[in-house]
Amino acid sequence: MDGLINALYGIPVAGLVFEFFGYLLGVLPLVAPIMLRVATPLTLAAMCGVVCERSGVVNIGIEGTMLVAAFVGWIVGVVVAPMIPADPSPIFGITPALLIAFVAAVGAAGLVALLHAWLSISLRADQIISGTIVNIAAFGVTGYLNELISKSSPTSAGAFGQFVPPKALVEIPLVGWLFNMFLNQGPITMSVLVIVIVLQILLFRSRWGLRTRAIGEHPKAAETVGIDVIRVRYRNVVIGGMLAGVAGAALSMELTNSFQEGMTAGRGFIGLAAMIIGRWTPLGAFGAALLFASSQAISQSITFATPPGQLGDILLSIPGQFWDALPYIVTIVVVAGLIGRSTPPAADGQPYEREATA
Amino acid sequence: MTAPAAPVPRARSLLRRLWALTAQPLIAIVLALLVGAVIILASELVIPGQPFDPLLPARAYIALLQGAIGLPPAVNPIVGTLVATAPLLLGGLSVGFGFKAGLFNIGAQGQFLMGAIGAVAAGILVSSQPSSIAIPFAIAGGMLAGAIWGFIPGILKALSGAHEVVTTIMLNYVAISLFAAIVAGPLAVPGAPSPITPDVGNAAYPILIGRGGHLGLLIALGAVGVMGWLLYRTTFGFEVRTAGANPDAARYAGMRPRVLIVATMAICGALAGLAGTGDVLGTQHHVTSSYGTTVGFDSIAVALLGGSNPVGILFASLLFGAMRSGASLMQISAGIPAQLVDVLQATILLFLIATPVLRRLFRLRGAKSGIDAPGTFTKTYVSGEPTPS
Repeated sequence: MDGLINALYGIPVAGLVFEFFGYLLGVLPLVAPIMLRVATPLTLAAMCGVVCERSGVVNIGIEGTMLVAAFVGWIVGVVVAPMIPADPSPIFGITPALLIAFVAAVGAAGLVALLHAWLSISLRADQIISGTIVNIAAFGVTGYLNELISKSSPTSAGAFGQFVPPKALVEIPLVGWLFNMFLNQGPITMSVLVIVIVLQILLFRSRWGLRTRAIGEHPKAAETVGIDVIRVRYRNVVIGGMLAGVAGAALSMELTNSFQEGMTAGRGFIGLAAMIIGRWTPLGAFGAALLFASSQAISQSITFATPPGQLGDILLSIPGQFWDALPYIVTIVVVAGLIGRSTPPAADGQPYEREATA
Repeated sequence: MTAPAAPVPRARSLLRRLWALTAQPLIAIVLALLVGAVIILASELVIPGQPFDPLLPARAYIALLQGAIGLPPAVNPIVGTLVATAPLLLGGLSVGFGFKAGLFNIGAQGQFLMGAIGAVAAGILVSSQPSSIAIPFAIAGGMLAGAIWGFIPGILKALSGAHEVVTTIMLNYVAISLFAAIVAGPLAVPGAPSPITPDVGNAAYPILIGRGGHLGLLIALGAVGVMGWLLYRTTFGFEVRTAGANPDAARYAGMRPRVLIVATMAICGALAGLAGTGDVLGTQHHVTSSYGTTVGFDSIAVALLGGSNPVGILFASLLFGAMRSGASLMQISAGIPAQLVDVLQATILLFLIATPVLRRLFRLRGAKSGIDAPGTFTKTYVSGEPTPS
């Protein structure tokens, strides 16, 4: 086996590629938990996109929705924590204040989504402009309030803690690292896989999913069989917004315990890209989000576990910015159809107007 | 009996037309200022240890105005407003030109950055040449870099139907990385503690007025005239407007939508690149890896408020430029965070997009709709074709 590997690595140029993949396989167990953590907000943002666009509403306001949720989750925690003093519970370090803050974050995101729904479904405004306005408004309002509040240097309510899986489970050969990847996490990250699978099943196997897809593909036909297009679209946009809210909460209540101005840093847009690459399916989008996260994981692992020899030299000479830009370049290539076409729902982005009833 | 065509009714009809054009934006601005006042009052409740001052909104707005315009003998506040306006004006022209063609250029941000780095790179090359050679060369470098960053989404859309909203957002992030890599790599001053480029030397814009009132102000103003001429006085502009208003009609009339898309996006990119060029050659004279801007996104607000019309964009950019420039005095003397400007900007847009509601409230039958978007972005976003069919 070792002989074969050495022979493969010996081939000029192609050998380096083999060596690179060998290196990736080697560091995978190490970086897998980081990858999932990075992918979590991206995946949840993509789920928001899937739920909205499958029902025919384009939502590029995901970024702003996440930002509002991140801010509300943090600030509600700050306000509530002194009122309900409690020791963090052993499971995930949950306190009542954190739970209230989480609910507030998700609720606030739902309200932001409701604004987008009203503008784009009821007022039939251009959905991309409406989403852009949501983003600008979210950035402004959270930045303003953050500046106002940070004057009194508030103390954070803390963050959800990580679960530590039993050692025996993690040390199982070959698959142990998978348990480590999915279980050595905070509650939001841990539930991402569940959310993705549940959404995948609901979207393709439930009545809600059938209705959602119907109004996204052919709303007029859906209306004739008695589906209330406007209502289902409203509901989906709000549900999607709440998923984006969970993503925002993950940022300020699990991955960190603080809020910074503009802390979403484009994750909502990457989520949209993941949705496109995943062809508007939850599982596909999750895969794409993991792929995006892997780019960051690789760039980190190169610095802390540099491969030996020529490969290491080459990898170190690549500027870190290349890995930062890679997911976006991949998205452009996919959207431009250079790697297979990605076709959105047929009625995506089209406002629905009921025909006048006699 | 017909009424004689007296000059009075004509003047009145001119006024009516003016009102029809400006009613919605003006109402949106006034309402946004009112909402801003309520927000200031509400935020007083959050700041601890201060007596409640019911006049704080007025004080804040007066400080904002003072910071933006100043008192007559002082010219620097106005110059500061103009310096803040110039990039918004060019960026707004970029986004607005795209709107006219039915394209949503969210990529002004990335094109701005590429314009900035392009101008620095070209400027360094000629930094010791005479200004009459160095400045045009550096401007050309910045505009070219921006144009390339606009050309890419244009050609992708023309060839494969990839929507410019997605590709330009992605290119914004690629631009951030590329910018940082260039500043830290080929353009870095060797041995500097943190990545920084050399000075552009003679390629810097000359200062024409007050503190920092550079040549870029005139260039931006000139761009308004050029874009107005291009849009309303040339065949190309006519084709662009036709393609934006009615792509089918444009196609049947024998125009080539794909060529128009590529040319329009490249021009959008060049304009946003010129905005970045102005900031670098006029104010910064070099860039660091932490160079950042919000001009790209503010430009969208400017273009929407200005109704995509070059003159409208001029006024919209003056308003936002004045608010940006006056915000720091407001923060110092009234204690209101400068981010209030972002809130006002967003509120103005919200009132603009909620046009149907405003119309009902204010009985504006004759007024033009608030956001004059061709309404094709979302349609082309999903049809996969360069133009909606």
